[in-house]
Amino acid sequence: MQPRPSLLVGLILSLLILLICLVVSIGYGAADISASTIYEALTAFDGSADHLIIRTIRIPRSLIAILVGAAMAIAGAIMQGITRNPLADPGILGINAGAAMAVVIAVFAFGTTDPSFYAWYAFLGAGAAAIAVYFLGSLGRGGLTPLNLTIAGAAISTFLSSVTTGILIFSQRTLDEIRFWMAGSIAGRDFTIVWQVLPYITLGLILAFALGKQITTLNLGEDVAKGLGQRTAWVKVAAAFSVILLAGSAVAAAGPIGFIGLVIPHVVRLLVGVDYRWIMPYSAVFGAILLLTADIGARLLIKPQELPVGVMTALVGAPLFVYLARFKVKK
Amino acid sequence: MNKSWLVVRSRALPVSFRIDRRIPTILSILLFVTLTAMVVSVSYGEYPIPIISVIKTLLGLETGNPDYPFIINTLRLPRTLVAALVGVALAVSGTILQGITRNPLADPGIIGINAGASLAAVSLIVLFPNVPIAILPVSAFGGALAVAFLIYFLAWDKGSSPVRLILIGVGIAAVIGALTSLMVTFGEINSVSQALVWLAGSVYGRSWEEVWSVAPWFAVLVPLALGKARQLNALNLGDDVAKGLGSSLEWERGWLLAIATALTGAAVATAGTISFVGLMAPHIARQLVGSTHEGLIPVSATIGAMIVVVADLLGRSLFAPTELPCGVITAVIGAPYFIYLLVQNRKR
Repeated sequence: MQPRPSLLVGLILSLLILLICLVVSIGYGAADISASTIYEALTAFDGSADHLIIRTIRIPRSLIAILVGAAMAIAGAIMQGITRNPLADPGILGINAGAAMAVVIAVFAFGTTDPSFYAWYAFLGAGAAAIAVYFLGSLGRGGLTPLNLTIAGAAISTFLSSVTTGILIFSQRTLDEIRFWMAGSIAGRDFTIVWQVLPYITLGLILAFALGKQITTLNLGEDVAKGLGQRTAWVKVAAAFSVILLAGSAVAAAGPIGFIGLVIPHVVRLLVGVDYRWIMPYSAVFGAILLLTADIGARLLIKPQELPVGVMTALVGAPLFVYLARFKVKK
Repeated sequence: MNKSWLVVRSRALPVSFRIDRRIPTILSILLFVTLTAMVVSVSYGEYPIPIISVIKTLLGLETGNPDYPFIINTLRLPRTLVAALVGVALAVSGTILQGITRNPLADPGIIGINAGASLAAVSLIVLFPNVPIAILPVSAFGGALAVAFLIYFLAWDKGSSPVRLILIGVGIAAVIGALTSLMVTFGEINSVSQALVWLAGSVYGRSWEEVWSVAPWFAVLVPLALGKARQLNALNLGDDVAKGLGSSLEWERGWLLAIATALTGAAVATAGTISFVGLMAPHIARQLVGSTHEGLIPVSATIGAMIVVVADLLGRSLFAPTELPCGVITAVIGAPYFIYLLVQNRKR
């Protein structure tokens, strides 16, 4: 990597901001807790109510937000990089809907009530939906244009959510079990879920970071990449694998949260340019910051009730989507 | 003048249009098939009624069984009629949208009008469970109109562009979907269950009340759409050609979008979000009669009616006694058809 001191400093600064968000997220809630108490809960745990809240509720919740935010943002960055489609996002392209349907089927058909199995079904669903949308999008006239991909994603999403709704009508038990998860939320998640998705997200992130250089090249166009001696098919397969790991485990942990994967890579590209070796780490940190902030907002807005965080991210992401559709899609 | 065209001119009324000679034949065959499907749909149920008795009862003849008129006229006929009307509305709406966006894959569901109607109706069911059912169509209609206006407004940049219309429609639909799921999450479980059936698109338990509340919309809007057929033909040739032919582009597009939205709003208000009908029907129609809208609109309307009636029949019979909403059936049929269209589209 070329030495880019300013970018490195920026990354360290954004990590600091992430840390501040983390402290606010842990401290803020139904019971407001000071930073010093948070520190004590970590270093000198005394079993008091505040310390318990921090250790069993706030910290896992905030960690999930960081993991999911980072995973979604990187998944979006990779998708935008390899399809050269400014509108790519796991939500818009139907991958979230696929993961959600697989989880609903698992709950309905196999009576899976243990969220620890959600991840496997989510991978399966995310993978199938990704392949279907990619394949369908490339069938359209002109190949994988933003328009073809978006329409294919919308159609697959419609289809999958129809089937999901069909199942939920059949079984009110499934509906009651799954509806909060379906809206996209990180409330009430505990450490078991963190440990369950952590390995997959880590693997997905490592893969993504390793592919940074290849994706930058691929983003110049498939012909250019081939001309430079890249084996594009393998890069695409590896990238898709990473997207499925990241988006699948994010959905399994937090339900289908949309628009993070859309928003973050665009913001990041404005700051760091087109080199995916820098876009990846920045996207991870910014994605984490966005989801943490959105979650704090979701807790704040209608206190003491809580909004699902998926609604918050949609409200942030939609204006950007409209902007991109207006000005960034040619023809 | 080529003999394959049929020109219709009226001395009394200021209308004239020409249609393909094939159209009357094809249209009558389709009407026959659709009516047959409707009769079969009326005859089928937990209490099966012989088809001949159905026809007799519908014609007002005596069948010797006093139960038949009640079951047919009060329970089954309105449901089937609603299915047919909704099919017509969605198909005509889809035909118009595909015409004005010049994109063969446009559909009221894909560009977000359905979503607006759903959000309005689901919010009503969940937030005000005691509101009379008659308000539902009005609110769904308002929702569809608001979203269509929003999309058109956002896609406007010194003129509306078909591609932006679709992309922005998809984006707006995603946000509205999030808000709908907010309602589903926080609602009381029974009203949420009810809202879900409605979201999936169903004609279950529809009565004459719904038929009469929705019929006026069709009576006005479908002829209006037919009257705009020539403008649709011009728009379909491309913006520049349409301008050259003297079409006031934005004005016509806005009008047609309003008609399509009103039709979708009426349909979603009556039967919830039945997806893919607006996509499939115009395509099948185009393959049968070509792409002049004078013929395309009525043929597509008939096919739409047929699709929804058959989907409802399948939904009732496949997993009896559990009923699947017909929207689930149309989605399951529609998705593969969509794939087929993408492939076809590439070859052209």
